[in-house]
Amino acid sequence: MIGNAGDMNVVVCVKQIPDPANPGSLDANNNLDRSSKLIIDDSDMYGVEMALQLVHAAGSGEVSLVSMAPNGETAGLRTALAMGAEKAVLVSDDTLKGSDALGTAKVLAAAIKRIEGADLILAATESSDGYTGTTPVQVAEILGLPSVTFAKHIEVDGSTVKVQRQTEAGYDEVTCPLPALVTVTAGVVEPRYPSFKGIMAAKGKPLDQVTVADLGIDAAQVGGDGAGQKITNVTAAEARKAGEVVVDEGDAFQKIVAFLDQLKVI
Amino acid sequence: MAKVWVLAESAGGKVSSLSLELLTKARELGDTVEAVAWGADTASIAGDLGAHGASTVHDLGDLGTSLPGVSVAAAIAAAIEAGTGPDILLVGQSYDGRDVAGRLSAKLDKPVLTNVVGLAAGEPPVASHAIFGGATIVEATFTGSAPFIYAVRPKSFAAEPSGGSATVAPLSVPETGATNAATVVDRHVEERSGPQLDEAAVVVSGGRGLGEAANYAMIEELAKLLKGAPGASRAIVDAGWVPYAYQVGQTGKTVKPTLYIAAGISGATQHMVGMKGSKNIIAINKDQEAPILQIADLGIVGDVHKVLPQLIEALKARS
Repeated sequence: MIGNAGDMNVVVCVKQIPDPANPGSLDANNNLDRSSKLIIDDSDMYGVEMALQLVHAAGSGEVSLVSMAPNGETAGLRTALAMGAEKAVLVSDDTLKGSDALGTAKVLAAAIKRIEGADLILAATESSDGYTGTTPVQVAEILGLPSVTFAKHIEVDGSTVKVQRQTEAGYDEVTCPLPALVTVTAGVVEPRYPSFKGIMAAKGKPLDQVTVADLGIDAAQVGGDGAGQKITNVTAAEARKAGEVVVDEGDAFQKIVAFLDQLKVI
Repeated sequence: MAKVWVLAESAGGKVSSLSLELLTKARELGDTVEAVAWGADTASIAGDLGAHGASTVHDLGDLGTSLPGVSVAAAIAAAIEAGTGPDILLVGQSYDGRDVAGRLSAKLDKPVLTNVVGLAAGEPPVASHAIFGGATIVEATFTGSAPFIYAVRPKSFAAEPSGGSATVAPLSVPETGATNAATVVDRHVEERSGPQLDEAAVVVSGGRGLGEAANYAMIEELAKLLKGAPGASRAIVDAGWVPYAYQVGQTGKTVKPTLYIAAGISGATQHMVGMKGSKNIIAINKDQEAPILQIADLGIVGDVHKVLPQLIEALKARS
């Protein structure tokens, strides 16, 4: 599936999520309420930036995006296109509502196949709303590709990707032949802001909107019915006892010292 | 009754505390508890695994320079296919645990319940998840058939020995092909002084409110004075002020110290998930509306650049 020799084609998985600045809520089916405007998950900005830099370093090739949203949302994809990605595939379908990580992976894998010639697939280590952290590896397994998760540094050397992979103790240097899937930690690169020119150009870039049926996926495999898991109960967590809040008038540190004394940590 | 397998991760001949926590919980979920382990010297950890409830340690042996995810998932899948595998698999929500869960899930076409913080026995067991920064608890279970895969967050359960012992039995890794092509060419250990972040009795964390990277020195100094470990919010890890290993939160470490001090941290969902279980919380933030102040036992509405130096001086004067 490698494209023209010398080309570096990167596909980035992008999730569009409710703005994390607003308090989240559950809908009547206990799914995360996604009815508000969706934006690009901050975690995915790193993958998009990394992809743009890798293509730039290779000298030729392009960055493509894949995303899945129940309501035809494109705002987040337009942000990534404005950063410099060339094209996007959006899988949007009512039947996708309530999909779990594995269902999502099946959809994303099929969307990635639609973009031919991918050398490298990038994703965030996890999304900021669902944060299961399993979808990218499930995508890799479905596509029969090797994967390296938790990359904090990525370089491509010919047909090999070199990754510094975060570990409990430090990091591992890992090499992997392309094509491969790599998940990036936040901070792997500093994402650029879309320029005005980029924002204008993004409006004219190809955004291929497809349905589950277009991808040849059985609708029973996705959505709430395909999820194979169900929510049985939702309760408010036991709230922490309200504590004391003090406005510092120059002596608040004494309050802290007294608190530390009481805990016997000093 | 159910057979439960627990993914036993280890480093330097020591089983991860997360794996021991899972073994302890597994004893409530089934009548047979077994561990899956890999590495050059599995025999050396079998004692600890047995003492925490594993009757058998399925030993994959040394995986060499490959990453564990693909091999471990393939070996478990082969056992399941042969009818000798588990009904329930518990993995830690760790770097390698997530790789194993993801690979196995897609291989078996079975879902995973992730970020589990509680498990109640049942057929299948019911998992609890903390969402919205821990403000809401969701209980969920599987609707299909076994095997049931759960990925569990650290410190969800206490590790308690049961006094048993384990037999080591080899478990072979089938041919994995192209999916297993990633190779570890070098391992780097980043040295840290003082107590481990996830084991320290006192954790002092800093966030974006510190203003600039150089001010993180105040966090380190305060942590040292309190014999604690310095931590960080995702914002300043992303900004490159401190390494990822310092991060407390959803993506980083889960901590439950006696005392957690949050300085210049607003309390994003991402952060709260990792520290809400602390016994006592002190927060210093200049924004009265910061969510962290709502869960603090002592909240100071103030400037960290003033309060921290005063606090450090006061503690120095006493020592």
